[in-house]
Amino acid sequence: MGKLDIIEAKGTERLKRGFAKMVKGGVIMDVTNAEQARIAEEAGAVSVMALHRVPADIRKAGGVARMAPIEKIQEIMDAVTIPVMAKVRIGHVAEARILEALGVDMIDESEVLTPSDPYFHIDKREFKVPFVCGDRNLGEAVRRIWEGAAMIRTKGEAGTGNIVEAVRHVRLLNDNIALLQRMTDEQVYGVAEKFAEPYLRLAFEVREISGLPKQVLESEPVYGHYTYREIVEGLYKVLLEIKKLGRLPVVNFAAGGVATPADAALMMQMGMDGVFVGSGIFKSSNPPKMARAIVEAVNHWDEPDVLAEISKDIGEPMHGQEIEQLEVRLEERGV
Amino acid sequence: MVKVGVIGLQGDVSEHINAAKRTLENLGVSGEVIWLRKPEQLEDISAIIIPGGESTTISRLMVENGLLEPVRKLGEEGLPIMGTCAGLIMLSKEVIGATPEQRFLSLLDVRVNRNAYGRQVDSFEAPVRLAFSDEPFIGAFIRAPRIVELLSNRVRPIAWLGDRVVGVEQDNMMGLEFHPELTDDTRVHEYFLQKAI
Repeated sequence: MGKLDIIEAKGTERLKRGFAKMVKGGVIMDVTNAEQARIAEEAGAVSVMALHRVPADIRKAGGVARMAPIEKIQEIMDAVTIPVMAKVRIGHVAEARILEALGVDMIDESEVLTPSDPYFHIDKREFKVPFVCGDRNLGEAVRRIWEGAAMIRTKGEAGTGNIVEAVRHVRLLNDNIALLQRMTDEQVYGVAEKFAEPYLRLAFEVREISGLPKQVLESEPVYGHYTYREIVEGLYKVLLEIKKLGRLPVVNFAAGGVATPADAALMMQMGMDGVFVGSGIFKSSNPPKMARAIVEAVNHWDEPDVLAEISKDIGEPMHGQEIEQLEVRLEERGV
Repeated sequence: MVKVGVIGLQGDVSEHINAAKRTLENLGVSGEVIWLRKPEQLEDISAIIIPGGESTTISRLMVENGLLEPVRKLGEEGLPIMGTCAGLIMLSKEVIGATPEQRFLSLLDVRVNRNAYGRQVDSFEAPVRLAFSDEPFIGAFIRAPRIVELLSNRVRPIAWLGDRVVGVEQDNMMGLEFHPELTDDTRVHEYFLQKAI
């Protein structure tokens, strides 16, 4: 018998969404160097997010926040055996291609960095590497999933240590899914048309500049090679799947404001598949303890007596911020 | 009545639970499939599945939740246990590329190399040949471990990619590099759960 030909497929939807499924029930931690990455791995993180600065420091520093320096990401990839993710600016296809070439395991197209494209997100179907994207509500989630995101996370309000925005985003999403399940398919199609509107902003702006009415032809591409009608049909398909499943068809994590084991447990109680912790670990007074405690809290989210034990002697959590007092609302970036 | 437990600490637990439920239906067997998190739930268990996920995390949580030793004991006594991807790592006698703090069940006579296929961009799917079926099976290999050596003649190959072994069986146990739970095809789960009924 001769050697069998092996026909391999890479970057398929099964592999991209499958990768995200392997981090379910886990904690993904922001790290800025090899030492922090090792602390995260030892604490039981399922993955680390390689960053130049954690979100709280990005807020302080101001200026333009870009993809992390490549040597920094490489240092972190070399330091740990668990998967490494890294962030690109919203719409920055070139940064994403660079991270894909570097071999990061997942790309976060993130509002925490300064957006590079005022109109569009990356068409993530064109990539072999899987993407995670933030959302504030069902519309943002559906658009990102249609664009090829293999995983969704709440935007929350990164770098604040304040869970209120993440809770808001989970509630808006879950309530909208419940509403969807009470709708007829015709009504769902109407929702798809509404959710497709942001893709028309560029085309409308061009018409306004040209003194023309805000009308787009059915045959006219408005996002990549996709026409408005094709986008509506695509979003409609995603919405029908959500209606059937009663949840997003991809893994859905909480992010943006998780600062304590109780915050992490709250997010799990609200039905999230896992949590991202950004500034919450390395801005706390005892990062190794806080990291371990949050990993355990995600595991024991429904056991208050265990959570009480976990929450003991873990030092000071990061200093939090009121949302109303923020100069920049990161969550408003990229709709 | 069979009781199948999927180790539910981290990873693609619900996918295995759904696959096991579909399998019991297909086989016409009445039973339950549980999300297994605590040692108390091991009572009357008929089979255990260790899912895919992050093996460093699953290892840590199995130790902390007091599951590692009781599950090892049940495996030694002949309880059917299947591990896929990270689950295969958990079952293996020898693991190349483990972190110093990782602990394993050490039940299956194989040496595996953790993340041997590379990073996520190297993940792939390809048709796998099964010992117990004529039709190929879609093998999803996601940052998969690689079986590099069979350590005794008690262990028997049951799945191949080309001519390389990607799945093994040893008495009551099965270990696979790939993820049958990410397909709608229940042939692998059927073969495994036959051991429990």
